[in-house]
Amino acid sequence: MTGKIAIIGGGDGITLFKAAGVDAFPAPDGKKARELLRRAAGEYKIIFITEELARELGDFLKRFDEQPYPVILPIPSDKGGTGYGDELIKNAMERALGVDILSNNGKR
Amino acid sequence: MARLNVNPTRMELKKLKARLATAVRGHKLLKDKSDEMVRRFTVIVREDKALRDEVEAELSKALAQFAVARSVTPAYSAETAFAMPASPVSAECSTESVMGVDVPKIQIVGNLDAQGLPYTFSEMTSEADYSVILITRLFPKLLKLAETEKALRLLADEIERNKRRVNALEYVMIPQLEETIKYIRNKLDENERAAIVRLMKVK
Repeated sequence: MTGKIAIIGGGDGITLFKAAGVDAFPAPDGKKARELLRRAAGEYKIIFITEELARELGDFLKRFDEQPYPVILPIPSDKGGTGYGDELIKNAMERALGVDILSNNGKR
Repeated sequence: MARLNVNPTRMELKKLKARLATAVRGHKLLKDKSDEMVRRFTVIVREDKALRDEVEAELSKALAQFAVARSVTPAYSAETAFAMPASPVSAECSTESVMGVDVPKIQIVGNLDAQGLPYTFSEMTSEADYSVILITRLFPKLLKLAETEKALRLLADEIERNKRRVNALEYVMIPQLEETIKYIRNKLDENERAAIVRLMKVK
């Protein structure tokens, strides 16, 4: 099954994705992003969302973790990364394993 | 640990023994499943972390390049240049089972390099072309990241659920059953002894 790709985000960065063939939806704030996301979730299989908005919608995004699709991926915006992606990895790791195995490796 | 509220009869004892055997077996199986899932998880987590660092670095490079392009072009002409929709990229989405958890499997369709730019060369500077090419090249990695990261989260949820099941069996169900079985045995033995004593007295 073929899936479409979308990006939801603020700022100029999403224009670049649009030029590359991704459907772009500008969202100035979290409220608008939530509404866009709800509509896009049915139609698009992969949705990129800028980290600032993803952080704001953290709990709402958890709802999509029940099924394989849609995949929602936080990516850094044109303002630079906020480390939210790393935070998510860390969270998942701590929930599943109880320890952060990556930071331990860094110390050794 | 509280014992179950059952009658101390041979019937119940037999039933409980069967339940205990099932619980022990189930516990072992779930524990094995949990171990394997954790192993898979650690592999995926390392892969995901490396991929994310790589993608974030390349993405910020592309975005910085794009910012340069925007700054050298007047805002309105940039708007019009990018207003036209490009040929949409799409991906082949299927699912794959990792230890009974359905995780997404994404494959990009078509040749990315064959895609043209959505604007004419006279509209935008070459910086923009470069940034669009950068981001297009990044797509396979971005989609791979989307795939592994989702798998990571799904697997983390499943590990958590499974752990709860294992613990419920290990610390609640099995001790409860063992205690009840012991109680019924004691009770039956007691009855037997009482019967013998009674018989001796009668004689």
